[in-house]
Amino acid sequence: MLENSFQKICRFEDVLHLFKDNQSILFGGFGGIGTPPGLINLILESGIKNLTLIGNDTGFPDIGVGKLVTQRRAKKIIVSHIGSNPNAGQFMNNGELEVEFSPQGTLVERIRAGGMGLGGILTDIGLDADIVREGKQTIRLGEKNYLVEPALTADIAIVYAEKADPYGNLIFDKSARNTNPLVATAGQITIVEAMQIVPLGALNPEDIIVPGAFVDYIIPSKGVDWKWVWEPKSEID
Amino acid sequence: MGLGTKVRNRLAKRAAAEISNGMLVNLGIGIPSLVPNHLLNDHRVMFHAENGLVGIGSSPKKGKEDPHLCNAGGLPITIREGASYCDSTMAFGMIRRGRVDITILGALQVSELGDLANWNVPGKRVPGMGGAMELAAKAKKVIVLMEHTDKIGMSKLVKECTLPLTAKECVHMIITELGVFSVKPEGLLLTDLFENSSIEEIRNQTEASFTVSKNIHILKE
Repeated sequence: MLENSFQKICRFEDVLHLFKDNQSILFGGFGGIGTPPGLINLILESGIKNLTLIGNDTGFPDIGVGKLVTQRRAKKIIVSHIGSNPNAGQFMNNGELEVEFSPQGTLVERIRAGGMGLGGILTDIGLDADIVREGKQTIRLGEKNYLVEPALTADIAIVYAEKADPYGNLIFDKSARNTNPLVATAGQITIVEAMQIVPLGALNPEDIIVPGAFVDYIIPSKGVDWKWVWEPKSEID
Repeated sequence: MGLGTKVRNRLAKRAAAEISNGMLVNLGIGIPSLVPNHLLNDHRVMFHAENGLVGIGSSPKKGKEDPHLCNAGGLPITIREGASYCDSTMAFGMIRRGRVDITILGALQVSELGDLANWNVPGKRVPGMGGAMELAAKAKKVIVLMEHTDKIGMSKLVKECTLPLTAKECVHMIITELGVFSVKPEGLLLTDLFENSSIEEIRNQTEASFTVSKNIHILKE
């Protein structure tokens, strides 16, 4: 039996009370892969709505954070693209959903800045693009112009990890790592869904990607549900 | 995409000729994903994915897909020897720092100056820019693979982009089913011609002005 020495390991039902209407939720994952499937289902079951969802993209209609969009739980999303989720595009066009597009590399740095306790980042990406530049401050530093891109944090961050120990030290698996390490740092409350929970000391300290200091709750996963993403069609074009 | 498999592979093969050993290369979805098929089997090229991976290998056999291992388009992949995983900020750090030697991507419009529009058709399809702005602005060489004209027959090589820009003056080379253009300080230069097309045909189908290289290369099958 695993010792729950930091009282972070719990069941899905134990974190249900944390989710409320009007919250901002940061989610890990890229194209649905690496988005914690059990936590998404829990949010669906909780019935909460008017959410601001922040993450790389809106996944697919029935996968990843896409499920929350499809069921109209979001009032606003901050993402780099919605191309794989036609529902997001439809709700945006009919005015139900506010969409803030942020270039992918800028978006993840904004999340990292939030997680590292900084106010924002300076970047020249998007200086040529009205949709990115609009409403933002441009500053000159040295010989160059930069956009000021504000940091992002959220009420709750949900993360998918391969392995967690009882302190919440995290290791990821292959490209399912993607945005998860950044998202893990930027929540007021960080909840991790882990494929495996291993004893304290079982992870090599050199291999740990996210230190447990950022993690509040650890929940054992019931498995992933995104394998079908590539099954219905062999080509995205 | 209205081009047949044979033509798509012809474009991919021409793009592959720009890649040399040791390069770090990012491929967009669609035709660019065919490029690795045209490299030597034992090539030493590292393919980059924005989600957080350097060293994409061949596609997995059916049934051997790993649900934790995919490219930025969400398709299952394998890795090659020397591959590494990282988070998405690191993947974009490589792009912004100019460590990506070539990016090969699709486009809606490219201007005479190499301005790129490839992410947004206002009022029609607004999928979001994804990582296109970083790749277009910061990769050392930006190669566009696209159909020469759009669905209604309008030239996609334009004097000025009318669609929202991805990045200004970023494209170095454009490969279409008719020929290959280089973006030079003085304008577009037609450098290669596919053997089934002609300079006249290209003139008729191109809005942008261009000059023809004195050493134009004829691309055979």
